[in-house]
Amino acid sequence: MQQQINDMKPDLLAAIESASDLTTLDEIRVSALGKNGRITALMKGLGALSPDERKQAGQILNTFKTEIANALEAKKQALETAVLNARLASESVDVTLPTRPDTHTGRIHPISQVMEEMLTIFAQMGFELAEGPDIEDDWHNFEALNIPPSHPSRQMQATFFMENAPGTILRTQTSGVQIRTMEKGKLPIKIVAPGRTYRCDYDATHSPMFHQIEGLVIDKTTNLSHLKGVLEEFMKLFFETDDVVLRFRPSYFPFTEPSYEADVGGALAKTVGKEWIELLGCGMVHPQVLRNCGIDPNEYQGFAFGCGIDRFAMLKYNIPDIRNFFESDMRWIRHYGFLPLDVPTITSGLSMNGGKK
Amino acid sequence: MKVALSWLKHYLKTNASPAEIADKMTIIGLEVEEIADNSAALAPFIVGEIKAKEKHPNADRLNVLTVWTGKETLQIVCGAPNCYVGMKSVLARPGDLIPKFNEKLEKGVIRGVESQGMMCAEDEIGLGTDHEGIMDLKTDKPAGTPITEVIPCEIVFDVNVTPNRGDCFGIKGIARDLAATGIGEFVSNDPEPVKGTFKSPIDVRITDNNCKQFVGRYIRGVKNGSSPAWMQERLIAAGLRPISALVDITNYLNIGECRPLHVFDADKLQGNLTVRSAQNGEKLAALDEREYTLSEGQVVIADDAGVQSIGGVMGGTPTGCTSDTVNVFLESAWFEPLSVAKTGRDLNAESDSRQRFERGVDPASCIAGNDIATRLILDICGGEASEPVMAGAEPNWQRTIPFDWDQVKRLTGIDIARSEMVSTLEKLGFRVNGNDISIPSWRFNDIRESADLVEEIVRIHGLDDLPVSTMRAEKLPITMLMPAQKREVAVRRALAANGLNQAITWSFMDSKLAQYFNSKNIRIANPIASDLDEMRPSLVPNLLSAVKRNQDRGIKDVQLFEVGPEFYSLIPGEQRLVACGVRAGSYTPKHWLQPGRAVDAFDAKSDALTALAAIEAPANLQIFRNVPSWYHPGRAGSIQLGKNIVAVFGEIHPVVLKAFDIKTPVCAFEVYLDAVPQPKQKGKALKAIKLSPFMPLTRDFAFVMDKNVDASKVIATIQNVDKTRITDVSVFDVYEGDHLEAGKKSLAVQVTIQPIDKTMTDTEIETLSTQIVNMVTRNTGAVLRS
Repeated sequence: MQQQINDMKPDLLAAIESASDLTTLDEIRVSALGKNGRITALMKGLGALSPDERKQAGQILNTFKTEIANALEAKKQALETAVLNARLASESVDVTLPTRPDTHTGRIHPISQVMEEMLTIFAQMGFELAEGPDIEDDWHNFEALNIPPSHPSRQMQATFFMENAPGTILRTQTSGVQIRTMEKGKLPIKIVAPGRTYRCDYDATHSPMFHQIEGLVIDKTTNLSHLKGVLEEFMKLFFETDDVVLRFRPSYFPFTEPSYEADVGGALAKTVGKEWIELLGCGMVHPQVLRNCGIDPNEYQGFAFGCGIDRFAMLKYNIPDIRNFFESDMRWIRHYGFLPLDVPTITSGLSMNGGKK
Repeated sequence: MKVALSWLKHYLKTNASPAEIADKMTIIGLEVEEIADNSAALAPFIVGEIKAKEKHPNADRLNVLTVWTGKETLQIVCGAPNCYVGMKSVLARPGDLIPKFNEKLEKGVIRGVESQGMMCAEDEIGLGTDHEGIMDLKTDKPAGTPITEVIPCEIVFDVNVTPNRGDCFGIKGIARDLAATGIGEFVSNDPEPVKGTFKSPIDVRITDNNCKQFVGRYIRGVKNGSSPAWMQERLIAAGLRPISALVDITNYLNIGECRPLHVFDADKLQGNLTVRSAQNGEKLAALDEREYTLSEGQVVIADDAGVQSIGGVMGGTPTGCTSDTVNVFLESAWFEPLSVAKTGRDLNAESDSRQRFERGVDPASCIAGNDIATRLILDICGGEASEPVMAGAEPNWQRTIPFDWDQVKRLTGIDIARSEMVSTLEKLGFRVNGNDISIPSWRFNDIRESADLVEEIVRIHGLDDLPVSTMRAEKLPITMLMPAQKREVAVRRALAANGLNQAITWSFMDSKLAQYFNSKNIRIANPIASDLDEMRPSLVPNLLSAVKRNQDRGIKDVQLFEVGPEFYSLIPGEQRLVACGVRAGSYTPKHWLQPGRAVDAFDAKSDALTALAAIEAPANLQIFRNVPSWYHPGRAGSIQLGKNIVAVFGEIHPVVLKAFDIKTPVCAFEVYLDAVPQPKQKGKALKAIKLSPFMPLTRDFAFVMDKNVDASKVIATIQNVDKTRITDVSVFDVYEGDHLEAGKKSLAVQVTIQPIDKTMTDTEIETLSTQIVNMVTRNTGAVLRS
């Protein structure tokens, strides 16, 4: 038996070692271990031996069989690895090639973004949202706001008039929404009203259409100190800095008394090289305006403010020329615009200009 | 308004610095926009006297001057044609900063001759524009005197006076306000009234109620030369050009006292003066060199010959004063603010007088104003004044306001001592009698009720001790936005996520282009530009213009959307909120992984459906082919909920594209956000999902049918065969062409079948397939493709 194995073994191992592919290797396996294979034939021959011989020969044969099977398996794995490596090598691509074009990243206009930022802050303070029409009547835009015809301040607001409709204009300010809200007669009032506004003016700092947000609080106790509190908190949250200094400078608006311009100083003003930046107009609602809306000024009082959303956007995001806001230049929108998932929230932040440009 | 410090100090005794005064003005509501100060710029220069003048040896047009500085002599090369020996001019020495060049002067050698300084022209030291020659100071001051002592230096505040403060359109009013803060002492500087020595030969009367009072005075024997230097300097500082003594005096009172006046050349007047309404068509050649055609209701001052002045607005040239004027008639009148404003606006006539009258000139100032002017005329022009003549009377401006002192705290939250409040009001000219506050005449147009008094007190007190009260929500709203407003936000985000870029375009557009979009002719009477004259009837046109602008800049692939109003009526509120988008160029550009593809109607349809999904539109949307005229009739559709069109989409009509000069196809959609009903409130909990353990299977069918059969009909038919088990029907091929009969198309669909409670047998699947084929054949005439 040992002799037979010795005769067979070197050739067999050499054949396994030199097999060049899996088919050849399998043929070798069949010729050795298959049904009619040589080792199988030796196994069959064991039956003819005496029990003692059979035991001894069986052990030798099994050792040999295992040795051959292991050699076959090892070679098989080596060949398979070679095949896989060859396949992988043939499958390689140039990963430096560009990916498929992205057709799904539009942008949100900065004005809408900033409007949402503002609403998020005011919602937190408990303001509700109100709206009014773009085409407005003289009563809501002027008269009820204590601006009678021929009032000099009408000249301060270059008004667009509608053709064939006396007393119909494009609203010059969102303040008309104050009147519409108060006229509904539901008190107390705590609203903000954003929207498009129009003035007949066009240069680097004036656009014939722009956006304002109006705030109005009417109750029995709200006073100037609350106005300051609301605006200061708003500025801090909106500009995301505690370094906000707010200055009220007496001014004049027919619909507030006293009236103020709110200027902001501190780090924010310094970024544009100024000591103070004029930000918005505000004041305590004029008693005549309350009376015009059927509210008794001896019982109710409150504040109003109005500011330019476009201006806030320009300041916060360092956008130079207001005219570009309405040009619809794709390059501008994609540069200054915001990703659809940049939803401003108090939780994860109101300012979304990081990391995308 | 430009306020010169020296003029302010005529009414305000103060030691405060210009910066302190400016800060104080801003704090009390008289915002200082700029402080102009030329004294610092002039500080380095001194008077230099030319002692000798010789021709430059190497240059014909240059002189070599010997200039005495008061301490030494300098050799200066100078090209000015006007220099002469004995002349005193402005001397700049090496190291001095020359304002015109913003550079320091250096010693130099000019054509071989050393120059140790420079004699300056007006423009070089920033005083004017003259460069004809060096300044001839004609001064008695010796060489070496600082120029600031020879040339008037002025600090000028540019003050933004709010329109309610008529009184502060006079420097006197600003001084009074400042004095109330304690920064100085107010001096009214009113001269003694002039009695007059004879009766005025010209009388006055008023027949129009818009003029309340007219105080006139005849002054004879005047000489109308130049006004004195101090007056000219102040007027120049205020931005006015000195003209002649008489005109300058009226301007001086206008700016200084907010007291508009007019001086007629009495010898050019015929008869007496009447203040009356103009008659239609009367004309006046006015001092601004325009001829005005007047109409009834406009207040004028007329003599026997006709209109000579537009009341409160402007005088006329024919009766204006000249250097030959000898006898004058001085007018000091009071006109109703609204009347002056209307006349000025209707005539489009601007003047300092109008600006003041329409904001409210002190109604008690006619007599005093006439006196001050008379005094100045007599002092400057000489002559003899008549007794005053007067028509009308001081208008009734008196007003007493009952005041609740606690209102200050209630409206502002600031505690101010009553004594301070009283003192402030009194310094501003109010009379305080217990709780009754009487206004001063100059605040008649501004202070009407107690809130106005609160403003006065707080304005002067300042807001340094204004407390800050936080305003927390007592009850937070569950959502701030109303459902309709939430939609706007949702639709914006969804469309941006779908690859569109948000634009915001004008609410107005070109009326000529609006005609393509079912124009309602809602026009603006005074548009900013002739092509922005109509309120847009649709959002599409402005986005098409945007496409055109982008393409003109080389951006061929454009994806834009806007969410905003379109207008269908002039009535406020008759506008509707629309989400609209456009795509032009390629949807996917040419790329190594995939062929490029141009945008088509199905991109627009997808955008529209995305927007509808974002606002939770119901699922039973149907597609029809009735579309507005601006869409391609064969490549556009409408999306309807029952009979309501909630959206339209498709290619823009080539005729419309041509009108916008766009050369490529554009696909667009419009979703009418308000047309989609709000989803019913069904609570937030969702129905439980049942996940089948059984494998779904798919079957493919290809049908041949008439070309005009709607795919949606085939799909709906198949879905209806078994609504529970057929979970999806997708179209994977549409074919028309050579292999089919003309007028036919082949539609291949894949149907997904989901077994519900047990796996399906082959027979069951076969039965379902047969049902599908039979139903499609019955409903559409299609046959299974062999």
